[in-house]
Amino acid sequence: MPPPDALPLRTIPLDAWHRAHGARMVPFAGYAMPVQYGASERCRGGVLAEHLHCRAAAALFDVSHMGQAWLTGPGAAAALERLVPGDIAGLPPGHQRYSLLTNDRGGILDDFMVANLGESRLFLVVNAGRKEADFAHLAANLPADVALIPLSDRALLALQGPGAAAALGALCPPAVALPFLGAAALPIAGIDCLISRSGYTGEDGFEISAPADAAPALADLLLAAPGVAPAGLGARDSLRLEAGLCLYGADIDETTTPIEAGLAWTIGKRRRVAWDFPGGPILRAQLEAGPMRPAARRRVGLRPEGRAPARAGTQILDSAGAQIGTITSGLFSPTLEAPIALGYVRADLAAPGTRLAVSVRGAALPASVVRLPFVPHRTAA
Amino acid sequence: MPKKPLDIRYSRDHEWVRLDGDIATIGISDHAQEALGDLVFVELPQVDRDLEAGEACAVVESVKAASDVFSPLAGKVVETNGAVVDDPAIINGDSEGEGWLFRLEIDDPEVVDSLMDATAYAAFLEEEGA
Repeated sequence: MPPPDALPLRTIPLDAWHRAHGARMVPFAGYAMPVQYGASERCRGGVLAEHLHCRAAAALFDVSHMGQAWLTGPGAAAALERLVPGDIAGLPPGHQRYSLLTNDRGGILDDFMVANLGESRLFLVVNAGRKEADFAHLAANLPADVALIPLSDRALLALQGPGAAAALGALCPPAVALPFLGAAALPIAGIDCLISRSGYTGEDGFEISAPADAAPALADLLLAAPGVAPAGLGARDSLRLEAGLCLYGADIDETTTPIEAGLAWTIGKRRRVAWDFPGGPILRAQLEAGPMRPAARRRVGLRPEGRAPARAGTQILDSAGAQIGTITSGLFSPTLEAPIALGYVRADLAAPGTRLAVSVRGAALPASVVRLPFVPHRTAA
Repeated sequence: MPKKPLDIRYSRDHEWVRLDGDIATIGISDHAQEALGDLVFVELPQVDRDLEAGEACAVVESVKAASDVFSPLAGKVVETNGAVVDDPAIINGDSEGEGWLFRLEIDDPEVVDSLMDATAYAAFLEEEGA
């Protein structure tokens, strides 16, 4: 029995659909979410098999817990630029970009995707655990002629893998004409969808926003496409880590700056003149000081030797056994059949090839800094 | 699922024991392997190590999480199953047979009787809401 003061979990539109497809549901960001599925014709289910199926064929993920919103009005891009380091005004219609909301200390409030869908409309997708905070932050900082419209009645599905284009192309031919990070409003079997050619796995794929009441029909159609199998949050996490992508709350948070996190590229070239966004001057100073700034740290990829996974919270040690960092995400890579991890280390020890160690169950296991991603990306051109 | 061997006993931490004289073979239950998912890493105790009952002595890990294995009995480790170290999936396939983890030479075989038999373990799982 849950304790009397625990709030019941929120449900996503496809909650019943997932249970009917053998999903094991777990709490995540206040929602009941599918973490993995049971065996089906195309995939024997479980985190490992779903992960490998995504890289070999096509996996269908439900990320409807995430926050979706419109930001509308002729001043929308300028308004968003006041809160992010990215070049939003220069984002062409039909294109999507990864960006960050920052705070006055240069820390990261959230990472998110923004798409310019034309007609003065920006479409935002933010993390589930931050959506209330993000929308409040945005709403508090808008001029009168810009509106933020959170969309609480939409589902968001991600179809990812080398087979994703063929699977979706049969249902929506214009979707496969989208370049990587292209975005458009397109119908799938008469359902009005917002589709972007992007994802969180490093594979080619699409994120598809649809009205909640059309979600079961859409999910059925996508699952019926050749090679598609459902995959849960477990596989989603191992896929994104292999792709070297950050998880907000684990690898990036309000205490990490984009410079430390290796995300300086999100600071648009044009924005590096005025640095006119929260934390701008601090980030400018960090960028100019480089790795020799006192207490400078950098996010790196690590490959521990052997097979023992090194997980979040594990100490990272230098060759003398002193702690010089901490792992923020770590697991066993199904594709590499070896442990991989992301963590922050002292910036002067962040070069690929640096030999460090990770402290696992009292033993210092050798680990090397490696370039990210761990598994090469295969996104569309 | 493989047929359950006779005389198998279970601990409340989901380990199983089969006794042959004073040698106890120990592994994790089918319920445990199902809950953990596909195993990718196993660490076993060193041979000749002395274990207390309830002592954490091995680790089994899935892609996402690590889980301690507790020795249900006191004894000395006399053998470990190298096959599961090389291929942890064996545990998922046959956790109560080929997927055994280690063998102990135990002082007091009678202690095994205080562990749950298959029927009692099944009832225990029901109560736990498994």
